[in-house]
Amino acid sequence: MEQVVANGVYLGSQYAMIALGLTLIFALMNVLNFAHGQMYVIGGFVTYTFYGQFEVPFLLALLMSCATLAILGALIEKFLFGPVIRRSAREESTMLLAAGIAFLLDAVILLVFGEKQRGVPKIVDGVFNWDFRIIMPYDRMLICGLAILSIGAFIAFMQFSRTGRALRALAQDRTAAQLMGVNVNRYSMIGFALGAMLAGLVGGLLVTITGVNLGMGGPTSIKAFMMVMIGGAGVISGAIAGGFILGMLEAVGLAVLSQYGDITYLVIFIALMIFLAIRPHGLMGKPWG
Amino acid sequence: MIRRNILAGMTAALALTAVQGTAALAENPVLKIGFVGVTSGPAAAWGISNQRSMETRAAWINEIGGYKIGDVTYDIEIVSFDDQKDPKRAIAGMERMAQEGIHYVVGPNVDNGAAAVRPVAEANGIMYFPYAFPKELYTAPASNAVLGMVANYQSGPAIYKYLMAERGVKTAAFIAANESDPLSQRDSGRAAAEELGMEITSANVTYQVDTTDFTPVLTPVIRTNPDLLVLSGVSPANAPQLIRSARELGYGGIISTETAQDAQVLREGAGDLANGFISVGGASTPEIASDMMKEFVARYTDMFGEYNDESNTKVYALEYILATLAADPAGIDDVEVFKTAMDTFEVPNPYMKGDAVMRYVGMSSFGQRRQVAVPLVVNVFQDGEFETLFVAEVD
Repeated sequence: MEQVVANGVYLGSQYAMIALGLTLIFALMNVLNFAHGQMYVIGGFVTYTFYGQFEVPFLLALLMSCATLAILGALIEKFLFGPVIRRSAREESTMLLAAGIAFLLDAVILLVFGEKQRGVPKIVDGVFNWDFRIIMPYDRMLICGLAILSIGAFIAFMQFSRTGRALRALAQDRTAAQLMGVNVNRYSMIGFALGAMLAGLVGGLLVTITGVNLGMGGPTSIKAFMMVMIGGAGVISGAIAGGFILGMLEAVGLAVLSQYGDITYLVIFIALMIFLAIRPHGLMGKPWG
Repeated sequence: MIRRNILAGMTAALALTAVQGTAALAENPVLKIGFVGVTSGPAAAWGISNQRSMETRAAWINEIGGYKIGDVTYDIEIVSFDDQKDPKRAIAGMERMAQEGIHYVVGPNVDNGAAAVRPVAEANGIMYFPYAFPKELYTAPASNAVLGMVANYQSGPAIYKYLMAERGVKTAAFIAANESDPLSQRDSGRAAAEELGMEITSANVTYQVDTTDFTPVLTPVIRTNPDLLVLSGVSPANAPQLIRSARELGYGGIISTETAQDAQVLREGAGDLANGFISVGGASTPEIASDMMKEFVARYTDMFGEYNDESNTKVYALEYILATLAADPAGIDDVEVFKTAMDTFEVPNPYMKGDAVMRYVGMSSFGQRRQVAVPLVVNVFQDGEFETLFVAEVD
C-alpha cells in the first residue's frame, strides 16, 4: 500500500507539471495546444544535449530547456496563434494549427535529434528502501520534490507577481482586462511562452528518469488533456488536482489490476467518461473559478 | 550531437539527392526496391534502421558502379513509405509499391501490418520481407512473404536452453507491452520456457506502449523473484527504462529479450545497470564481423551521423533480394522465378567472418524456405558494448 501511495505521488507530481502549461495556454487563449507533448519532448532533448552530451551542470541544462521552450512558445504565439486568433472567429482554426505544429515539431525532432531513445546519467545514485515497503530511487524523490517546488513557485508567481495578476485577469475576461490597461497581445505571448516553458521544464526534469524519444509527444498530450478534463479546463488548481488524481489512479490500477492484464487505462477511461457525463466542466468548473 | 545530426541529416539528404540525380543521369537502368515500415512515432527506430540500412547499401552499390544481375548492371533506388505502424497505411504503402511496378519490398515491421499487406502483395506479384513473426505469413498457401530475421520462437528456446544449462536458471517471468507483437512473443516465449521445464512466476503483467515510468508496472513482477526476467518484444525505447526500474527495485537476476537492441541506447538509458542484459543481435560484434560489415557500419555512420545496432540484422534483406535476383535474373519481373530460385540459393555471407552462407531457411518452422538465414547471434551487454554470448543457426 505504501508503495502504491509513493508511486501515485511521484506520478501525480510529474503529471500535474505537464498539465499546468496546457491549462494555462487554454485559459489565456482558448487554444487546445496539441503540440504540448512535442514541446515537452523538445525540453527533454535540450536537457539531454546540454547535460548528457556537453556535460554542463544539470540545473544549467534545465534552464536552457526552459529558455529554449519559452522562446519557441513566444515565437509560435507571435507568428502563428496570434494572427490566426485575430483573423479567424472559428475555434477549430487554432485546433488545426496546433495539430499542424505538433506534426511539424515531430518532424523537426526527428531531423535534429534522431529516432533513438536518449537518456542522461543519473543525477543522484542510490535507492531508498524502507523495509521493502517503499522502494524509491533517490533521483525520483528529488525530481518529485523539484516538481512540487516548481508547482508551488508557479502558483506564487501567478498569485503575487504583476505579470501573474495580468495573466489571471486576461484569463477571467479578455475584454475587461484590455479595458483595465492590460496589453492583451503582449501578455498572450508571455502566457504562451510560460506554458511552453513549463513543458520544457518538466521535459528536462523527466529526461533524467524516463529518457526521451520522438514518439513521446502524442501520448503525453493525451494524458495532459485527460488531467485537464478531470480538473476542469483552464483552471490551474484543477490541472494540479487532475494530475495527482490521474497519477494515483494509475498507481492503484497498476497494483490492483495488473493480474488482469493492461486494463488500468481502460478502467480510467471508462471512469472518466462517466465522470464527464455527470460533471462536464471537471472538478473545478469554469476558468479560474 | 544536435549539430552532428543536422549535418549528418543534410549530408544524407544531399547524398540521396545526388544518388537519385546520378541514377537519372547514369547509363545504368534503375532497379527499385521498396520499403514499407514504421519511420515515425514511438517505434520509429525499428523502421528507420531498416530504411537507412537499405539506403546505405544502395548508395554504396551505386558508388561502385551498380549491381550486376545477369548481363545488366543496375543502380539501386530505395522507395520508402512510412506506414506509421498502422495496417491501413501499410496497405496503402504496398499499393503504392505496386503502382510503381516494384516487385520486392522490405517490411512491414509489425505483425498486423505484415498480415494486412498480404492480399495486396499476392495480387500484385510482390515478394515482401517482413520483420513480423506470425507463422501463417510464411506457411503454405502463403508464399510471398519471407521472414527477414530470426523469430522469437526460434531464438527464445536457444537462449533459455543456454541459460538453464550455463546459469542454472529455473524460473522466469515475462512482461510485455499491450500490443499484438509483444503479446504474441510473450505467449510463444512462455510456451517454449514451459516446454523446457522452467517454472513461470509471472506472465500476466503488461504495460502501455507509451509508458515512461516502469516502476509501478514492474513492482508486482519483481516480487515474484524469478531467476530470469524476459522483456518480450521490447522496443529499444523501453528496454533501458525497464532494466533500470527492475534493478532499482532490487532485482538481481538475469534480464533478456529476443528483440534486437542498440548499445548506445542501453548505455545512455541504463548505464552499468544494463550489464548482463541478453538480447539478439547481428553480425557487428568484433568477434564475427567481416571487413564488409565494418565498412557498412562506417558508411552508415558517415551518412546518418551514428550507427544503429539494430541494423546488424537489417542489413541482410536487400542483400538477399539482390543476390537471389543475380542467381536468376528472370526474377526481376517474375516473382515465381524468384521463389524457385530461393530453394537452391546459397552464396557466402559477406557480413560474417568464416564459412557462413546466405540461404533461405524455414523448413522446420514453416515447411518451406521463407526465412533469410540471418545468424542467430545472442549478445550480452557489458560495460557499454555488446559481446557475443553464442552464435547459432536456424532452420
